[in-house]
Amino acid sequence: MRKRTKDEILHDHNHDGIDRRGFLKCMAWAGTGAFYVMQGGVLRSYAMSQLSKPGAAVPETGELSFVQISDSHMGFNKPANPDVAATLKAAVDKINGLAMPPEFLLHTGDISHLSKPEEFDTVDQILKGATAKDVFFVPGEHDVLNDDGQQYRDRYGKNTQGSGWYSFDKKGVHFLGLVNVMNLKAGGLGTLGAEQLEWIEKDVKHLKSSTPIVVFAHIPLWAVYPEWGWGTEDSAAALSYLKRFGSVTVLNGHIHQTMQKVEGKVMFHTAASTAFPQPEPGKADSPGPMKVPAEQLRSLLGITEVSYVQGRQALAVVDSTLA
Amino acid sequence: MKRIVLIASVLAVAVMGGARVGSAQQGVAPTAGEAAASSAEVKIGNFSFGPTSLVVAVGATVTWTNGDDIPHTVVSNDKVFKSKVLDTDDKFSFTFAKAGTYPYFCSLHPKMTGQIVVQ
Repeated sequence: MRKRTKDEILHDHNHDGIDRRGFLKCMAWAGTGAFYVMQGGVLRSYAMSQLSKPGAAVPETGELSFVQISDSHMGFNKPANPDVAATLKAAVDKINGLAMPPEFLLHTGDISHLSKPEEFDTVDQILKGATAKDVFFVPGEHDVLNDDGQQYRDRYGKNTQGSGWYSFDKKGVHFLGLVNVMNLKAGGLGTLGAEQLEWIEKDVKHLKSSTPIVVFAHIPLWAVYPEWGWGTEDSAAALSYLKRFGSVTVLNGHIHQTMQKVEGKVMFHTAASTAFPQPEPGKADSPGPMKVPAEQLRSLLGITEVSYVQGRQALAVVDSTLA
Repeated sequence: MKRIVLIASVLAVAVMGGARVGSAQQGVAPTAGEAAASSAEVKIGNFSFGPTSLVVAVGATVTWTNGDDIPHTVVSNDKVFKSKVLDTDDKFSFTFAKAGTYPYFCSLHPKMTGQIVVQ
């Protein structure tokens, strides 16, 4: 039985400003249990929860649960993964076996390797095997090759704005799917652009500050490693519009490894790829695919489960590998 | 290692650059009158262009070859030339008819930058 606590948390204070009580409520929500579990021998926990609520544990049940997958790179066929379809299928199997079935999936881009129609077709086919039927996409730079993303938008972005950004609400949580892989400038990083920034400002204007916000985009919205282009030029402007919110979760892909950072009320998290791993920042000559022994591959690929447990004011982000 | 290959004729490029020269070749092909113009190569590897800065004569054809496992593009900052996406071993060529400095980058990985100086 799921706890019905939505109203208690989200509609407790019905004005837009954050009073002390509302602020604490938001802080509690943000500060409770962001878990980071790496299976396959390594277990790490970024227990934000320990700051405010040591008792908080992995939620048994949630009001809202979804899974993020990323960087399926369908069409890639080189070492260390000659069969990225098989590992995407393994990811779907993993998702279907989760104790808390997700209501939907997020795919944070690089669906395809070369924007070929058959690559998108294969991904669509494999994702049909997921019990969660809804998949929300944002494009990676590999999905918008040669046509400025037209094919991507025809397939995945029918009701989106501009180059493919959009928002939606699920059980009181507001989601923003952003595009930061278009019109990249020489020497620069990911870019949202003025038009999208303006849209973000307008999109969240009407929301109460207690509304939990989830932002997802391909390239990290924080400076993971600008030397390799792992960041977004104008992410600070985007985040400035989200400052007043008590809880902001930012989910990205692109770097093919899990990483997390907490900055005030904002939690940044990157998901693993389902296709191939990339090196840790600066630990190789380039961010190219890491060649690892076949038996290690699946321990470096994975999915990310995100749950929002309103009853416990908790947000949990759990990474699990495909091993 | 940065490597500049300056070859006297287009034919020599075909021989040294391997059989794939024509397969993904784009841009302006040298006309008959420019057949003797110099040619040069830029290797794409480890998410960088080598050499980063290349000096060629007016009329030279530059050929980029992607040696990475990840696709890249070659895009002029000033929109003078723009390749399609280059998968592993794909090539892109452009003939520089006018003197000048042509900065370019990879539109997928914009930290990758280079320039062709035509004089």
